[in-house]
Amino acid sequence: MILTVEKTIQWMREIHKRMEANKEQLTALDQAIGDGDHGINMARGFGEVVAKIDGTEYESVADVLKSAAMTLTAKIGGASGPLYGTAFLKMATALQGQEVDQQNLKSAIDQALEGIKMRGNAELGEKTLYDVWYQVADFLGTEKVEDWQEMLEVCQATIEDTRELKATKGRASYLNERSRGHVDPGSMSSYYIFEALATVIEMED
Amino acid sequence: MKKVLNHTDAVVEEMLDGFVKAHSDSLKRLPDTSVVIRNDAPVTGKVGIVSGGGSGHEPAHAGYVGKGMLDAAVAGEVFTSPTPDQVLEAIKAVDSGEGVLLIIKNYTGDVMNFDMAAELAEAEGITVEKVIVNDDVSVEDSTFTSGRRGIAGTVFVHKVAGAIAETKAPLQEVKAAAENVIKQVRSMGVALSPCTVPASGKPSFTLEEDEMEIGIGIHGEPGIERVPLQSADRIADTLLGKILADHEYDNSEVAVMINGMGATPEMELYIVYRQVANLLKEKGITIYANWVGEYMTALEMAGFSITLLKLDHQIKSALSATTDAQAFK
Repeated sequence: MILTVEKTIQWMREIHKRMEANKEQLTALDQAIGDGDHGINMARGFGEVVAKIDGTEYESVADVLKSAAMTLTAKIGGASGPLYGTAFLKMATALQGQEVDQQNLKSAIDQALEGIKMRGNAELGEKTLYDVWYQVADFLGTEKVEDWQEMLEVCQATIEDTRELKATKGRASYLNERSRGHVDPGSMSSYYIFEALATVIEMED
Repeated sequence: MKKVLNHTDAVVEEMLDGFVKAHSDSLKRLPDTSVVIRNDAPVTGKVGIVSGGGSGHEPAHAGYVGKGMLDAAVAGEVFTSPTPDQVLEAIKAVDSGEGVLLIIKNYTGDVMNFDMAAELAEAEGITVEKVIVNDDVSVEDSTFTSGRRGIAGTVFVHKVAGAIAETKAPLQEVKAAAENVIKQVRSMGVALSPCTVPASGKPSFTLEEDEMEIGIGIHGEPGIERVPLQSADRIADTLLGKILADHEYDNSEVAVMINGMGATPEMELYIVYRQVANLLKEKGITIYANWVGEYMTALEMAGFSITLLKLDHQIKSALSATTDAQAFK
């Protein structure tokens, strides 16, 4: 099993740690092409997730993810709340009643991707967090993953590729050509989510 | 950052608390929410009207709650749209059984959160309709982008939809009136200085003394173009020119709004109004009514927006109807 209840809880804690540590970077990215609150919102949202998880008993990975989804939706606001809330809710639904191996983690990320697409009306290459989730789903569809750091390299490459793209969705799209040359803040926060995931998967059981 | 604050994470909470204390004769806060509603909501036989968005746009949105305008306003964190559960609470509190109209500004986050709230309300058996305001002409209106932003013109949508709802018109009629305003309203803004979101503590962008941002939204974000600072008249020419090029206003009657972004003195707003009035007169466009002041701000950003609403009989009478909303009396 690559994710247990304990590891999923740890995943949320690791995400929160990264959002706190990179709050200023995410906010600075958002100031360049958005409205400058992404880091603040993500740190606050995952802080609420950790607070919620700490006071609750969980029986399955799906339950932890559902709890995170509801908290993110209710506490973040903006575009990030519904997008990340929907992503985690779709993962929870996909993993209902299952233990988590690479195969169904891939299915769960696929479902999350569909959810982000539906909620955000997004397509590949529009310089949004969708691009990062797409590459992760694609990566998990390959052979058995031994080195989860490779997944992060794929994410990093995607973020670099999208840097020069013109944003056509979300608030960055209002800047039109001026959105080029900047990293999408949502892509970056998604990177931290998967960096946290790789960390907990590679932890000793 | 130099602001009159207690705790940066309590700004919205404390603002709402103060707001309802100041206006307790007609407004109240829905307990444990960031929702401000009319004291008499839900009004029997009347469609409920809910709007909202991030905080930092004061007097929007709570300032427009009152008889003849909104039944409830939902406040999010600063420049962050409110969450679906909060919007849902507002919908439930104002529904008298006649349904609820949501007035949403076209920002990705607002649209998504209000959409989710509408889905949740419908699951509880409440009829909900939505309109999306997109009056900002500075943004290219293309099917490949998120579309135009909703800015100060939203206030006119609140006013007209609110006035029609007050006559106990059915939901579809109120929605149609709101959509009619959206079709006829155009805005564009400019920033001379950025603003500072309390939680971040840093200005949203930097501008040299002799620069300005043309085509801003209402979230302290940069505009579409950075240009050298110009005179008030020239800025008014540019903004109004873009608005007039975007919609057919010839020989029409209009309502004008010169909206300050939070740190522009009335003196400057009236200097702008003067030029706008002159230009419209030259073009044979009649000003039926005007609003000069702060209606949809971006914290302490310096700058302003111009809004032009083309009038027809229904819009005119709805604009003239009385309201006791704090910010639009």
